[in-house]
Amino acid sequence: MSQVLSIKNLKASVAGQEILKGLNLEVPQGEVHAIMGPNGSGKSTLAKVLAGHEDYEVISGEASMDGEDLLAMEIDERSRAGFFLAFQYPHEIPGVSIANFIRAARQARLGKGDELDAVAFYKEMYGKMDELKIDRSFTGRSVNEGFSGGEKKRLEILQMMMLEPKYAVLDETDSGLDIDALKIVAAGVNAMRSPQRGFLVITHYQRLLDYIVPDVVHVLYKGKIIKTGGKDLALELEEKGYDWVIQEFADKEVAVEA
Amino acid sequence: MNQDTATAEAVNINQDVGDFSFPEDYAYDAGTGLSEKTVEYISGVKKEEKWILDFRKKALKIFEGKPLPTHWASKDLENIIFNDIRYYLAKGQQPTRSWDEVPDDVKETFERLGIPEKERKFLAGVEAQFDSEAAYSNVKVELEKEGVIFVNSTEGLREHPEIFRKWFGKVIPTGDNKYSALNSAVFSGGSFIYVPPGVKVKHPLQAYFRINAENFGQFERTLIIVDEGAEVTYMEGCTAPKFETATLHSAVVELVAMPNAKIQYITVQNWSANVFNLVTKRAVAYENAEVRWIDCNIGSRLTMKYPGVVLKGRKARGEVISIALANDGQHQDTGAKMIHAADETTSNVISKSISVGTGRSTYRGMVHIPKHLKGCRNNTECDALLINANSRTDTYPAITVKGNQHVTQHEASVSQVSEEQIFYMKQRGLNEAEAMSLSVNGFVNDLVREFPMEYSVELKRLIDLEMENSVG
Ligand SMILES: Nc1ncnc2c1ncn2[C@@H]1O[C@H](COP(=O)(O)OP(=O)(O)OP(=O)(O)O)[C@@H](O)[C@H]1O
Ligand SMILES: [Mg+2]
Repeated sequence: MSQVLSIKNLKASVAGQEILKGLNLEVPQGEVHAIMGPNGSGKSTLAKVLAGHEDYEVISGEASMDGEDLLAMEIDERSRAGFFLAFQYPHEIPGVSIANFIRAARQARLGKGDELDAVAFYKEMYGKMDELKIDRSFTGRSVNEGFSGGEKKRLEILQMMMLEPKYAVLDETDSGLDIDALKIVAAGVNAMRSPQRGFLVITHYQRLLDYIVPDVVHVLYKGKIIKTGGKDLALELEEKGYDWVIQEFADKEVAVEA
Repeated sequence: MNQDTATAEAVNINQDVGDFSFPEDYAYDAGTGLSEKTVEYISGVKKEEKWILDFRKKALKIFEGKPLPTHWASKDLENIIFNDIRYYLAKGQQPTRSWDEVPDDVKETFERLGIPEKERKFLAGVEAQFDSEAAYSNVKVELEKEGVIFVNSTEGLREHPEIFRKWFGKVIPTGDNKYSALNSAVFSGGSFIYVPPGVKVKHPLQAYFRINAENFGQFERTLIIVDEGAEVTYMEGCTAPKFETATLHSAVVELVAMPNAKIQYITVQNWSANVFNLVTKRAVAYENAEVRWIDCNIGSRLTMKYPGVVLKGRKARGEVISIALANDGQHQDTGAKMIHAADETTSNVISKSISVGTGRSTYRGMVHIPKHLKGCRNNTECDALLINANSRTDTYPAITVKGNQHVTQHEASVSQVSEEQIFYMKQRGLNEAEAMSLSVNGFVNDLVREFPMEYSVELKRLIDLEMENSVG
């Protein structure tokens, strides 16, 4: 079985409205793919459908991770099988400390009766917090509660580093980050790049891709991937906007229909 | 094994562990139903003095004369059939100071609940009550030498009347409510504690109440007197097996904190879902004394409990910190009473309730500050967490503050664990129950810190278990 996050002809709706309209995408292990696209084109919807959010209904199509049917799994099973989503808007969990939360997530990955080694856990977490320049005092704070936008995004990356997924979708992790934070987060992601891991990076800005250099760039528009290219595509989009890609796609559609 | 696990195992009391019972074999059984005969029987078995029997008989009359409080409280109270209940069951053995002498089935019960081990690890004294009477009661020799008395109520009344008679039934008069009257008529067991002036008991004293028999009523009576400048922490734990029929637990707990004394009274109750738990708890605090009720109510069919402090001396302080978890079909009706009766007294009430499924939690608070006093303060916070759309919570705060020389503050909130929050947690690999537990633990986290370490670990486990069962 090939090692790939594979999405085939995926159609999904939310609140009775079809948002993903036959989406095809393959992110092989070891590669970083970027998705760009106008607001409302369905980028976060794709992320949430892959994660299994119950508000999003899959109408048809497939999504699999290294041959395993993602859509057949519960939300938490997908996570434990190696799927990670860094949220565009991470949720607050009042009263639950970051340390306890990540610890619980790690514990959930152990077999019944196995106990996480607390000392080793903290050592590892502190090391990663240092890498991300997150103050160690944060471990005692409630997850995302009262965090600045940038702090939330850094915490998402910390969780990703601690959970070591096989495939990670980063939904606008760059938005809200100042330039130094962007570099730090990018360095964190780059450190995680490996032949055993695939990334799907959703962003609006070429800037992020200067630091996390993608292997492939896709354009998502109205629920479909309408163009796929190399990393230069992002530069071109930054310069010229989406209109030309949309036009090119429309012309192709017309040609096919004719 | 790390520290946490070791502690957790040492104090592990959970419903699964508690859900077992031994076949009944009692030497003394007051039979089913309640009459003057029942009262005489209990008093006779205990070889009580006449004043106690008279006290009981008078209480029975008051009990019979009082209507059910269903005009304000749950109608479910009507389902307690007083004539179907057994009021006294005992093996006829004196409580021993050695676990080896405790009857095998009783010993096994407490061993399975981990009590002897806890005693070795972190307690200064233990009393273990099995149905109506204490089976085991022991206090560390050092404390005994300092004059600390820690015995069951039968022994306390018999051996130390000069200390206890003065306060017995004074903090909570027999007629305070129907259930305090019932307790006063048929009480048995419970702790009697006296701490002499200036003695600070470092480690907690613990009582453990266990119901083993079906259709049974447990009516323990506890009186704690802490003399001037003395300090004590008392903890009680309660469990019962899951029976088909209703079981009644109706305790009366009176605390007396003399000037500059400190009492901390900690309860972790984990009753099974058929227990009616109707408990009256009150303290009086004299000058500059401090009383803290720290209360965790898990389980039971209906709990009604409003610990109170009568702040009688200047600068006395009273506190109620409570956590209630009402699971499917359960009703936790809890709260606090703070009666300010001297200048510069302060009270603090923090209550957090969690309602799961069709569970219902009610907060009833009463804060009374009369006009002629000066410089009193009250702070009341009650927060409710609803887990499902059909869960329910109600708040009835009654704050009567006369005069304008006082500071009172009241905050209340109701929140719900949001779907987005659960989704976020599941995306990190937690299943539904784990996500719920973590959310609930997060909600009560700041209060759990008020419990001693050993108990906070246990509390977390209990919450985990409740959430597992409710989702499962
Ligand atoms: N829960 C929801 N209920 C109703 N409509 C929704 C919901 N989630 C998404 N939508 C709609 O689906 C469409 C796609 O939204 P989505 O969030 O996927 O866009 P996006 O590409 O991530 O946009 P952005 O770049 O602004 O983040 C939008 O029209 C949005 O309003
Ligand atoms: Mg989005």
